[in-house]
Amino acid sequence: MAKLYEYQGKEILKKHEIPIPKGAVISTADEAVAAAEKIGWPVVVKIQTWSTGRKAAGGVRFAATADELRKHCGDLLGMKIGNFAVEKLLIEQKLAIAREFFAGFIINDTAQKPMFLFSSRGGSGIEEIAKEYPDAVVTAEVDIFEGMKPYRTLELIKKTGLDPKTASALAPILVKMYEAMRKSDARSFECNPLVMTADEKVYAADCHVVVDDYAVFRHPEFGIEIAREFDRPPTELERIAYMVEKNDYRGTFFFFQMAEAADTKEAVIGFHGAGGGGSMMSMNAVSENGCKIANFCDTSGNPPASKVYRAAKVILSQPGIKGYFSSGSGVASQEQFHSARGFVKAFLEEGLDVPASIRLGGNSEEIAMQIIADFLGGLPVQVKGFGKNDSPDSVMKHLLEGMKKNGNKGHTVKPFVLPDTKKCDYSFQTMTGSIHVERAACAACTTKACIGSCSPKILKEENGAPALAIDPKEAKKGKCIECLACELACMAKGMKALKIVLPIEGLASYREKLTKGK
Amino acid sequence: MAIIITKQNRVIIQGITGREGQARAQLMMEYGTQVIAGVTPGRAGEEVHGLMVYDTVSELVAAKGPVDTSVIFVPAHLVKDAAIEALENGVKLIVIVPDRVPVHDVLEISAHAKKHNANFVGPNTLGVLSVDEGILGMIGGKASSAKSWFKRGNVGVTSRSGGITSSISYYLSQAGIGLSTICHVGGDAVIGMPHNKVVELFQNDPQTDLIVMFGEIGTSQEETVAEMMKAGKITKPVVAYIGGKGAKKGTRFSHAGAIVEGNKGSWEGKVTALREAGAHVVENFQEIPAKVKEVLAQKK
Ligand code: SF4
Ligand code: SF4
Repeated sequence: MAKLYEYQGKEILKKHEIPIPKGAVISTADEAVAAAEKIGWPVVVKIQTWSTGRKAAGGVRFAATADELRKHCGDLLGMKIGNFAVEKLLIEQKLAIAREFFAGFIINDTAQKPMFLFSSRGGSGIEEIAKEYPDAVVTAEVDIFEGMKPYRTLELIKKTGLDPKTASALAPILVKMYEAMRKSDARSFECNPLVMTADEKVYAADCHVVVDDYAVFRHPEFGIEIAREFDRPPTELERIAYMVEKNDYRGTFFFFQMAEAADTKEAVIGFHGAGGGGSMMSMNAVSENGCKIANFCDTSGNPPASKVYRAAKVILSQPGIKGYFSSGSGVASQEQFHSARGFVKAFLEEGLDVPASIRLGGNSEEIAMQIIADFLGGLPVQVKGFGKNDSPDSVMKHLLEGMKKNGNKGHTVKPFVLPDTKKCDYSFQTMTGSIHVERAACAACTTKACIGSCSPKILKEENGAPALAIDPKEAKKGKCIECLACELACMAKGMKALKIVLPIEGLASYREKLTKGK
Repeated sequence: MAIIITKQNRVIIQGITGREGQARAQLMMEYGTQVIAGVTPGRAGEEVHGLMVYDTVSELVAAKGPVDTSVIFVPAHLVKDAAIEALENGVKLIVIVPDRVPVHDVLEISAHAKKHNANFVGPNTLGVLSVDEGILGMIGGKASSAKSWFKRGNVGVTSRSGGITSSISYYLSQAGIGLSTICHVGGDAVIGMPHNKVVELFQNDPQTDLIVMFGEIGTSQEETVAEMMKAGKITKPVVAYIGGKGAKKGTRFSHAGAIVEGNKGSWEGKVTALREAGAHVVENFQEIPAKVKEVLAQKK
């Protein structure tokens, strides 16, 4: 889930006219001092991280002078919290706090409604406070059609024993906070504490917002790079994978790494699942057979062959993996030959040097398994396709045999090169790549197998070579389903006249760094 | 009689002209689902596999008569509008196939469904299949596969994973155990018909004698089923498997639902609650067919 930093949450609050302390986000000591001069001394300094418990970690401090502030900046900027380094600090006016409250909205999955939570006692350790003083806490489901009505909000929070004056000062702010939660597509929106100052003004002193991953597209203003939860910054390879996913809406592709560099002493497996449930079960088969996974990957939801191909290329960018294990639920609704072709193109281009066991159970699995056998049977390592009657465990055991036969050697990552299209004199664009033909080479071809293999029938023969039978714009829009069948059909005839180029942003330089680093 | 989908449902497809819409229209019809027509704004007058396409649901209803079921294949950000349109035109059951529907949109769909006394399956679902009755969504992928993979009988299946819905059902059929209805409840945290609602429908379905449930970590659906069993609301035997035993706390896989949240949602918590309620929880997926046979034999 996409978390926002405190200062981002406060920007949302500001937009909804909820008072926040005067403040500024800074990333150097000079900026901090300049900000504090504007805000007025003394100031509060707070590290901007996604973790809770900043106070306990020493990440919240006070400064009355420029010297003090510079010292704090020196301590805090670059400080490690979990796996993240602190890059930004929030400098804020120090409030004269008289009372603290907790206020939040969270989506209640079971009720299918937002849920309102308020406590007349706030501050750190709200869970304990709620346990110790249950009477100080109210919760209520919010009707989406009704929203938070001011009078009802007042009724609710008065149940916690607030005096009328305080309650009526807080209620309108809570109503606005609900709007902020809805408008920002938050799964949860919390202010802890919400404070009342000595002069009886209400401020949101802190703010934690978790945005729904699926709605991040509506909020470019949040600058969320990867709309998924990480307990560490994403690796470069994960960023590359995420760009692939972002640029192709067909099916899903999810990738994350367990350990960035696979330890060659352990049996580390490149894992490629299909579908969440099946992937989890397949991962169990890996660990039950004494191996570890280098990465988790899931291509599902009927992805085109091109997406499976890119996923395989990303997985094979991990040095040291000793085997490639692909396994999903076992009985997939989608046509499995698409995935099979994706594997074939990737494995052939990479000159696969570790064994692969590919569980392809589902629609047209016989064809899919045949494609694997026909194209990859000649590789020096063991590669085999399996069907729905083979369990993940038996397929994993087969992979172990292959790894043994391969002397338990680890995978060497090769430079990333796109197919050579210099001699090609005809080409057209597809949704995420391009197709190129060396027409002179086609003259001798009697079968024109590429044309017959194209199931959406968008290729025709023109002067003895394949050409688009439709408007190139249509091909780019998705009429070419990037099934890779034409390239494989040409290859099956012993020719290499048709080449499909599917770039992967950033992978070439990533691999270059890897190979040079050695 | 099966649940959710039978030959009686009058079904429409919203987003029928898209990549998935077209393919699944064919699947549903060839399997025997009563598909009336389809909707894609701006494409009225076209035909997809012999089905008329309309701009809006109300135009479809005006031309073809009332409908009660809709399967939605429109892009995720358009799902909310499509669902509300269906509800306001008399549809009582929606199957929302797309993945990545914003959760606040689902909350609104849910509120509208309640107002109209309607239900929805999904989002992020492969759909529902009642053997020899009909399909809503894309289970099986092709009608010929769906017909050969799933055999009719007295076991109902409900699952949090799409792929597993098909694979459990296939392995059960292979073991000679027939099925009434198989339902993929959807992979998200907020879904219209969680396990507990599906299990309740199975409880009231004369064709179903036993319920197989594939659960996952995250959400409280399985715990709710356990509570219903304890309260005597579910008396038919339940055979369950909970996925995600090895998942780290907080680790998130592509199922949005598979998140460990507090005490509810953990693997141990679910297994314990279900066992205490009298469910037959197996820890190895492959054991499901044998366990189902054993429990059915005891029942006789
Ligand atoms: S199969 Fe290859 S050689 Fe033959 S026409 Fe097609 S691209 Fe040319
Ligand atoms: S041209 Fe045809 S065969 Fe080739 S990738 Fe595109 S759709 Fe597939």
